[in-house]
Amino acid sequence: METFYSLKPLLAVLVSLVATVLIVIPNQRPNVRESWTIIAAVAKFAIVMSMLPSVLQGKYPAITLFSISPGISLALKVDSLGIIFGISASLLWILTSFFSIGYVRGVPEHKQTRYFASFAVCLSATMGIAFAANLLTLVIFYEILTIATYPLVLHKETPEAIFGGRKYLVYLLTGGVFLLFALAYTYQISGSVDFRPGGILPTQVGKNSIIMLSVLFLFSFGVKAAIMPLHSWLPTAMVAPTPVSALLHAVAVVKAGVFGFARAIGFIIGPALLHESGAAGFLGGLTTATILIASLIALRQDNLKARLAYSTVGHLSYIVLGLTMLSPSAWIGGLLHIVNHAMMKITLFFCAGAIYVKTHCENVSELNGIGKQMPFTMGAFALASMGLAGIPPINGFISKWYLVQGSLDVGQVLFAATFLLSGLLNAGYLFSIVVRAFFAPSDKFTKFGEASPLMVVPLVLTAVFSLLLGIFPDYTYFYQLASHVATSVLRGGGL
Amino acid sequence: MSSLSVLILASLLLFSFISTLVGIWRLTWAYIAAVTGMALALVAAGAGIFRVLTEGELRYYLGGWPPPFGIEYVLDHLSAFMAVIIVFIGLIAVIYPPKAGLYLAPRKGVPMYGLILLLIAGLVGVVVTGDLFNLFVFLEIYSLASYALITLGGDRAVVASFRYLVLGTIAGSFYLLGVGFIYFSTGTLNMADAAQLLPPLYGSPTIMAAVALIVIGMSIKMALFPLHVWLPDAHSYAPPVIAAILAAIQIEVAAYVVIRMLLTVFQPQYFIEVLPVTTVIGWIAAVGIIFGSVMAIAQREFKRMLAYSTVAQVAYIGLGIGLANPLGLIGALLHILNHAFMKSCLFLVAGGIRYQTGLHEIPQFAGLGRKMPLMMAAFTAAALSMVGIPPTCGFFSKWYLVLGSIDANNWVFVAVILASSLLTAVYFFRMIEKLYAVPSSGDVAVEQATEPSARILVPILILAGGVVVLGLINAIIVTQVLEPVVAILQ
Repeated sequence: METFYSLKPLLAVLVSLVATVLIVIPNQRPNVRESWTIIAAVAKFAIVMSMLPSVLQGKYPAITLFSISPGISLALKVDSLGIIFGISASLLWILTSFFSIGYVRGVPEHKQTRYFASFAVCLSATMGIAFAANLLTLVIFYEILTIATYPLVLHKETPEAIFGGRKYLVYLLTGGVFLLFALAYTYQISGSVDFRPGGILPTQVGKNSIIMLSVLFLFSFGVKAAIMPLHSWLPTAMVAPTPVSALLHAVAVVKAGVFGFARAIGFIIGPALLHESGAAGFLGGLTTATILIASLIALRQDNLKARLAYSTVGHLSYIVLGLTMLSPSAWIGGLLHIVNHAMMKITLFFCAGAIYVKTHCENVSELNGIGKQMPFTMGAFALASMGLAGIPPINGFISKWYLVQGSLDVGQVLFAATFLLSGLLNAGYLFSIVVRAFFAPSDKFTKFGEASPLMVVPLVLTAVFSLLLGIFPDYTYFYQLASHVATSVLRGGGL
Repeated sequence: MSSLSVLILASLLLFSFISTLVGIWRLTWAYIAAVTGMALALVAAGAGIFRVLTEGELRYYLGGWPPPFGIEYVLDHLSAFMAVIIVFIGLIAVIYPPKAGLYLAPRKGVPMYGLILLLIAGLVGVVVTGDLFNLFVFLEIYSLASYALITLGGDRAVVASFRYLVLGTIAGSFYLLGVGFIYFSTGTLNMADAAQLLPPLYGSPTIMAAVALIVIGMSIKMALFPLHVWLPDAHSYAPPVIAAILAAIQIEVAAYVVIRMLLTVFQPQYFIEVLPVTTVIGWIAAVGIIFGSVMAIAQREFKRMLAYSTVAQVAYIGLGIGLANPLGLIGALLHILNHAFMKSCLFLVAGGIRYQTGLHEIPQFAGLGRKMPLMMAAFTAAALSMVGIPPTCGFFSKWYLVLGSIDANNWVFVAVILASSLLTAVYFFRMIEKLYAVPSSGDVAVEQATEPSARILVPILILAGGVVVLGLINAIIVTQVLEPVVAILQ
């Protein structure tokens, strides 16, 4: 593990900030404005991908900007964990940008400049979180992400949207102050906040301090990761336009919380100390409960996006549960699920958006027979649903395989059973939609009609990616990156 | 030996006089004189801090009389830091057009600019003087100037100013009594000299009473809960520019006096261990933070909300003093700087809104965000900083204060700081939501609102930019300027 100086991490963060400035230039034609988004998205993805070869060789591009507090620098470093998150977020931003253009023009939405500008800031913040080299840098971008998402949540400016925005802020800012506390506490007990595989806490630190730090991280990252009972902002935030729910509430924002757990567990507290303190078991119990309860609640949701939101709550806890098991397989499964869940869930949200734009239906009960009218959309929906339920050869199967294997490695049959049971519940709440769409008779949808290609192409692509990631997991390097993270954090053996 | 400290004062006092004289005749000249005086003072203050950083502290003996017989002016890290903040905010305040900042077109014969310069001169005098009695003189100079300036806000402001005058005079008298006790006991008024002579007398009830009187007097001046009662009226009825000066630098100067007593005049251990001064200040401040934040939530009027917010924010400074450890005190001092930028920016925005639309109650602001995008962006930056969102400077004040509280093992203070961030978020996001998300009620004032002119906008944008820049460069300020100040605590 060596680092070398490179401007690329900084460019990856800045490119969408520059785009923000260009987007808000007044009086430009919508096509020009949207082209800035697309250019920035493609550029960002290209920059991130260009760092992949050296990361795979174990050489990490890094840049230290300046001192932001005595002894702590604002610093970026692209390691294996960071680039997993970075690639998935920047790739999906390209597709979401096309989808967004189709969506906001199809609905049509107001204040589109603010919409695209906020989106670009969110992506800068997400890259900053992914590539942060220490906890303070991560916190700065984490809070920027919180604030930049706020205008997107209340975008519709209806009373429900404003309420959703308030609830979002109450939860997320509370998480933010706990994060500040966690940051300060980490600094006080270890004298450093740099991320290091295996943790930075001194070994003689007391058990109570570790439990306290774990609880602080739970209350901070747990909010974005929507661990019950800190989850309830997420279903409410579904009032946002669907592309926002797709990219931010299935990929960037919520995964930032999960990513924070990976950093906190693997790079701050360290697996050994976490295990000794017993906090890992507590987190495991909480996430297990979240997986089951969220799946059960999802079964009862009629609103399509709310059902997807609860499904997201459950799947985020898959990842966190995988991380808390502290076994290499479980870590690999959890990290792969960051990518895999992103692919599948964004497909489902894209489908919900396409259905909304075309038919203005928001509820599952209204979707009888829609599959014959929107075959591509609902086909992609079916494929992604199978993936979330864990059916091979979709990518969801791969991550679940490793998660179950990890549970058995550490002798936790209960966790393995949870994953399997949750798979069934996933099938229950998602397949019922597919069955309705294709097999239920309907006189409502008589005319064949897909949404605009700007929307259908991205959702078909994400479904195809899900399939490809499931069939050829080795060719995408995600497995290699994830196993590298797992070995470096757990030092080969794990617990 | 360097005369820079006196040059700051001399340019302010001289141009205060010139500005008033030429103002009788031509207002433009009064304006030019005021800006010139303030700019010269800023140059001197900037040169002062530069030389302090490179050469160490600068002492000047007024009239060539060496202390303890003559009056001594001292520029060290602490006073140079304070002087730069005071003069910078003062310069912004005189640039800001009086028609927006003072509610009125300048009238001939009203020595507005002269009074502002006098006010700033008083504030600078307090921080640069090395003499306990001279400090009292400057305290009265700035107080008298501010009583007069507050009354420009109209009838209610006159009453508020009178209440402030009564309490301010009591505070000044407390301070003077305290200094008198020190003088009777030691026979000196020079701070450095008193610091030498006081330690043997630490057990004496006279000195203890002196400390109590000085600290209580300054607590009134800095509006530390529960001695804040004069502040909400005075700050909300005063014209925006005056409110900006009062909230951003004037009450902080009282905090400076307490810090100066703690660090220079007395030995820190005396305040921390022998007398529980810092403990009392810390706990009172903790209550004040919560009280001010809750009261701010209850306000409808923008400036009144800002005034209660000041009660909470100055208590942050009090909390940092109360911690009395290096990180806590760094947090307090950094917050003096950060709060100066944030709060003056917010008061100037209040002035801009009032001037452009005539509105001053938050519920009326619905829809203004689109009408005045730049000014409201500046407001949002300052508001986010008040909440403590990184990378704005407000986050870093909290960062050092939380570190200091953890160092002191004081978990209640940690909880107070974090809880107050959330309370602050409530009242600022309520307004942000109004500005950007709540549709306009169709009020003509809002519909016809436009971005203000550059003269109003530029000072606001400078301050808002400063809020972000100060956050990013806080490490430089902390290591270069503030760590030497708090070194004595280690």
